[in-house]
Amino acid sequence: MAIAVRRETAAAPLKPLEGEEELLLTGSEAIAHALRLADVDIVAAYPIRPYDAVMQAVAAMIANGQMDCEYIVAEGEHSQFEIVKHASAVGARSFVGSSGVGWFYAFEAIAVTAGLRLPVVANVGNRALDDPGAFGVEHNDALAVRDLGWLMTWVETGQEAFDSAVIAYKVAEDPRVSLPCAVSTDGAFLTHSQHLVKIPPKRIVDQFLPAYNLGDRLFHPDNPITIAPQVDQDWLTEIRKQNDAAMRRAPEVIREAYREYHQLTGRQKEPFIEEYMTDDADYVFVGQGTIAMPGRVIVRRLREQGHKVGFARLKWFRPFPADEVVQRLSRFKGLGIIDRNYSFGSPNYGGVLFTEFRAAFYDSPRRPIMVDFIAGLGGREVTAENGLEMFQILQAGAAGDLDSNVHWIGVRE
Amino acid sequence: MAIATPEPQQLVDLSSIKTVKQVPYTEYFVSGHRTCQGCESALVMRYIAKAAGPRTVVLGSTGCMYVANTSYYTTPWVVPWMHTQLGSAGSAALGAAAGLKVLMRKGKLADEPINVIAFCGDGGGADMGLSAISAALTHAEYRFLIVLYDNESYANTDIQLSGSTPYGAVTTFSPSGKKRRLMHKRWKKNTPGALVAGHPDAAYIATADAAYGVDFMNKVRKGLASGGPSFIHVLDPCPKGWHYDPQYSHEMGKLAVETGVWSLWEMENHEVRLNGTTKQIAAGRFSRKPVREYLSKQGRFAHFAEEDYEYFQKRVDEQWSSWLIPGVVSFRLEAGTPLNL
Repeated sequence: MAIAVRRETAAAPLKPLEGEEELLLTGSEAIAHALRLADVDIVAAYPIRPYDAVMQAVAAMIANGQMDCEYIVAEGEHSQFEIVKHASAVGARSFVGSSGVGWFYAFEAIAVTAGLRLPVVANVGNRALDDPGAFGVEHNDALAVRDLGWLMTWVETGQEAFDSAVIAYKVAEDPRVSLPCAVSTDGAFLTHSQHLVKIPPKRIVDQFLPAYNLGDRLFHPDNPITIAPQVDQDWLTEIRKQNDAAMRRAPEVIREAYREYHQLTGRQKEPFIEEYMTDDADYVFVGQGTIAMPGRVIVRRLREQGHKVGFARLKWFRPFPADEVVQRLSRFKGLGIIDRNYSFGSPNYGGVLFTEFRAAFYDSPRRPIMVDFIAGLGGREVTAENGLEMFQILQAGAAGDLDSNVHWIGVRE
Repeated sequence: MAIATPEPQQLVDLSSIKTVKQVPYTEYFVSGHRTCQGCESALVMRYIAKAAGPRTVVLGSTGCMYVANTSYYTTPWVVPWMHTQLGSAGSAALGAAAGLKVLMRKGKLADEPINVIAFCGDGGGADMGLSAISAALTHAEYRFLIVLYDNESYANTDIQLSGSTPYGAVTTFSPSGKKRRLMHKRWKKNTPGALVAGHPDAAYIATADAAYGVDFMNKVRKGLASGGPSFIHVLDPCPKGWHYDPQYSHEMGKLAVETGVWSLWEMENHEVRLNGTTKQIAAGRFSRKPVREYLSKQGRFAHFAEEDYEYFQKRVDEQWSSWLIPGVVSFRLEAGTPLNL
């Protein structure tokens, strides 16, 4: 079977767009540039590391006259998310964000923002959930909202952080979707590390991103509607089903958005899965976010030793691209899922990604061996040595020699 | 012949209402709700909508005035209404006001005055949402009004005590049983006093009472006309939670003021002014009625023994004799403090 090569890294260098700038930016600063070009109307900030770097960058841009935006410092994350929810309801393009337990402090507001179908965009600077205290990345913060109706994407580089923030508004505000979107950036590894980022001229973003228009759901005296009345058992099922329909429409809207963005900028060809050295691979590691970087190093090391190994990075988690995951990843012998999160007491006592992957493959006639690796928790580095260990376990799994399909990597006993 | 349509600006009338005869006829909170008989909070909603007029958006926190008011398909709100979370009246008002302001500044929305009003109950405002209200009142550049309707319990969820429930009142979380009075012994939190004392940038802060409708409507208008963040704490007698016959709601509201348990005042231009009967009491033109007259008419105090009445009376007397501003600021300056400023 001929498998198309899907590798953005292999693409020919693009001709720069007229008016494009290339800047050395952290992931957080890259998002701030996206907000500037998207002409975001209101931002609500509250400090928690590491996501707050984006709010510092936005504050500096507003103070320097680079963007016109209300900047409200809330007194807690719950208010922070409620402020943008209501601003979004009156028609303002809104941005918010948090990390770790801060994201949890806002949980009520996060739930209703999705319930109300308000297309707020949030940056989650992924961080471990204290206690015990930890600043580093773990994905359990963002993943906790996976059942609420938020669109959720994970990005790897500063460039992708910029691109995804722009695309997030396009998808979230599309009337076929109208759901909030969380753009996850791994704490420290992306929020605070610098990358060369191409910033397109404003005309490109203007061409791509239409004005935010809530239509007949706008909260304004000219449109006397009652929003979120008490519906009880009479209507809740129908309204949940409408939100479900919106989420089901999202994959196609995401595909369209990436197609259009790719045409305009030459970037972001692949919406859902980015593959690396998978063409002839027997085994493929799978992960989200910045784990892809050590993941590629691991792949190259293993290839030096003659192993046919690749890496696949999942870019969107909600909607979960189950069809594409199965279609593209079922051809391998084994999948090593790297979970930078953990789900206590879950069906396999494994990570969230692993559980989702197993569910996605249940109806597939071809089901690769799947082994889960719990790795990199709290921002711990995932090393090449860890990669060799994971590969040995994955091979043993394929040979049927494993007692358990979930393995914690690098645990000091 | 063309019919003249009023400009939006002309629809915002925040002028003072002198007598009940000047109250606008048009209602913006109408039938379609299912609040209890004698519900003063529903009346407060009607007053708010009437006073504010059609160029208004209302954000309602979870509570009676959400659950009993806005059943799907039967909303009583003629103006746009949106549910907000229990502790979010402050952030809802702030977010909506800021959103409207930026859209108007950037030319994305027609520039016109729009009243932003958020309301919450005592659970949502005096307990859970206090920090959000406090934060909102520091944002002097936005114009909005927060109304806390205080029926002195979590009345929507079965009458549980809140930080605003008076001393000794029976609620489902503070029953007076056969063996023990699981009575809460906290004195009612002075929420408006705390807010007025702690928020120098608030444009307008007032208390009100559902029994004094014209006073309340004027306060709504003053809050909206103040040009900044404003807050009104209104006491709403609740037949279900206070255990009295619904026909006496107004009498109960009046007694709260006449006994000095509740005070009417407003802070405008950094000055506190006592209003109505409260002012009369302070001026010595009206003698406070004994608190027993107010308490004994409510089933929630039916278990009160003589010493409970005495204690309650003593504490209310202190509100008048020992507070820096009677009924407003719940502390006093140390005697002999030099103030040669």
